[in-house]
Amino acid sequence: MRKMLAAVSRVLSGVSQKPASRVLVASRNFANDATFEIKKCDLHRLEEGPPVTTVLTREDGLRYYRMMQTVRRMELKADQLYKQKIIRGFCHLCDGQEACCVGLEAGINPTDHLITAYRAHGFTFTRGLSVREILAELTGRRGGCAKGKGGSMHMYAKNFYGGNGIVGAQVPLGAGIALACKYNGKDEVCLTLYGDGAANQGQIFEAYNMAALWKLPCIFICENNRYGMGTSVERAAASTDYYKRGDFIPGLRVDGMDVLCVREATRFAAAYCRSGKGPILMELQTYRYHGHSMSDPGVSYRTREEIQEVRSKSDPIMLLKDRMVNSNLASVEELKEIDVEVRKEIEDAAQFATADPEPPLEELGYHIYSSDPPFEVRGANQWIKFKSIS
Amino acid sequence: MDEELERDEKVFLLGEEVAQYDGAYKVSRGLWKKYGDKRIIDTPISEMGFAGIAVGAAMAGLRPICEFMTFNFSMQAIDQVINSAAKTYYMSGGLQPVPIVFRGPNGASAGVAAQHSQCFAAWYGHCPGLKVVSPWNSEDAKGLIKSAIRDNNPVVVLENELMYGVPFEFPSEAQSKDFLIPIGKAKIERQGTHITVVAHSRPVGHCLEAATVLSKEGIECEVINMRTIRPMDIETIEASVMKTNHLITVEGGWPQFGVGAEICARIMEGPAFNFLDAPAVRVTGADVPMPYAKILEDNSVPQVKDIIFAIKKTLNI
Repeated sequence: MRKMLAAVSRVLSGVSQKPASRVLVASRNFANDATFEIKKCDLHRLEEGPPVTTVLTREDGLRYYRMMQTVRRMELKADQLYKQKIIRGFCHLCDGQEACCVGLEAGINPTDHLITAYRAHGFTFTRGLSVREILAELTGRRGGCAKGKGGSMHMYAKNFYGGNGIVGAQVPLGAGIALACKYNGKDEVCLTLYGDGAANQGQIFEAYNMAALWKLPCIFICENNRYGMGTSVERAAASTDYYKRGDFIPGLRVDGMDVLCVREATRFAAAYCRSGKGPILMELQTYRYHGHSMSDPGVSYRTREEIQEVRSKSDPIMLLKDRMVNSNLASVEELKEIDVEVRKEIEDAAQFATADPEPPLEELGYHIYSSDPPFEVRGANQWIKFKSIS
Repeated sequence: MDEELERDEKVFLLGEEVAQYDGAYKVSRGLWKKYGDKRIIDTPISEMGFAGIAVGAAMAGLRPICEFMTFNFSMQAIDQVINSAAKTYYMSGGLQPVPIVFRGPNGASAGVAAQHSQCFAAWYGHCPGLKVVSPWNSEDAKGLIKSAIRDNNPVVVLENELMYGVPFEFPSEAQSKDFLIPIGKAKIERQGTHITVVAHSRPVGHCLEAATVLSKEGIECEVINMRTIRPMDIETIEASVMKTNHLITVEGGWPQFGVGAEICARIMEGPAFNFLDAPAVRVTGADVPMPYAKILEDNSVPQVKDIIFAIKKTLNI
């Protein structure tokens, strides 16, 4: 009877009670760090590449795990909200590619710069915005990071230049940011991302040429997830060795499903750029589980077997988890707790994103120009006027 | 497109995802299966490159249909459209025609934000050497694309994503494989006596809705579907204005230097000016980059209520 009462009271006292496993965790001894072997990168015009072993501290490991899990769950929540029609328009999800955004961030400083295309929610998070601001932007509310005016493809943060909708256009922009880095002389670099589909854009080659000519500290990064919308790499590119496409720019091909591999390669590339040698190119081989966007089921141009195979053998979160558990950097229970915390964070953010009001209609005309005095903006006819404030 | 591909083997289609994906918006569904790699070509994401390739093929005698996934992406290739396609017949003194069609969805969609919502009617309509058409309903879409493909000049076909899924009654003459709508001729969709309402593309539907509402109040609108932006059928508009004495124009694009602005200018230059009892009025998209949030987006495109308001103001009601 007493045992039953105790059990009932445990259940009734709910969340505030420390789960039994936490007591267990506190008393376990974990390793402080562990050394892992990582895949050797293919090199183009480079004598040496990043190291083939790396040390992962427990603290870093837990942080990367949490970040990747947060991106994963945030994207899945966006999928759900889209199907409920609370998110509209375009929505390009990056689940499967978490090792890229987390690994890249791990290899640079917050004072470095990053720009990417439209599959940008993960980077928006790793560059420092909260899940709340991101989801609220997706749902088009005033609490969104762009005040609801940008949507999925137009999120910005400090040293994060979006979020760009026109394929390839962000690459010359990134070279320009790198030019500013060199100009300002503060040893900062710019990570300029594009996909395998965008890699065939002419403006990218124009950017390569100028970046090399002027020795800009630009790390060109091709996130190769094998498909440009519905077109596989073989059908779009005469050469699918994207890390070599910079020709005179040295390149490396990196396992984009391994967060540690991405981190080491990024550290290597950043050091290269900071030393004044000019641009460098990284190809991250990765995979997206979702289709190109929410309007693409993603199975007309690839098989479900292929998707399943990547999920079961190369999932970036699973790979990190296995490494950490097997080398006693963390326990399965501890990581499960992180999962629970992440789920809650995402749920709370989704609640906010759904409940927050839309931006006020009076602000429709705001932010057309910067640093200008207020003026009037014409609406749908000459009698409808909106005020524009910078 | 299927009928024209069948009719003339020089016709071919190229663009992103047009073949194996059946088209980003499924417009070219089934064509690759029927015609194969030679006639239906998937391109890499290289607009400037493949638009140039298409123009070159046209110069050499083929009849390409170059699809832009949306006209927003045509900005990357606009040099090829204007400088290589539009101006060439003139520059060559009549020697080198460019029988090409550039087509794709144009203008606002739903929630696709600033970089994917621009209307290019005014930009392309500005250039001599180009023909520019803007279909509203299914009949327009069929008749105009066929005329565009058979035309020996560069034709820009501004389709509309939101209209792709809207069904319409198809008159029997439109079922024919030789059903053509002449480029450069507007259509009066609804007769009226009190005011001329001119629009192109999706807003034509909104104008007809407004006309239905106003009819209950005894106001009869004459709704004109432009169908062609360039060469503009100003005569149909003038004849209507000379009958109704009032004019409003409706478009999805921005007001400054827009389609409506051109119509107003031409009306002033022609015989219809003296028949106006009130200044002509334009209803347009709001003069802002398209916002994402629904409430803002809804107020950035011309709605039926804005059209009704403008009509009543013009009629001083």
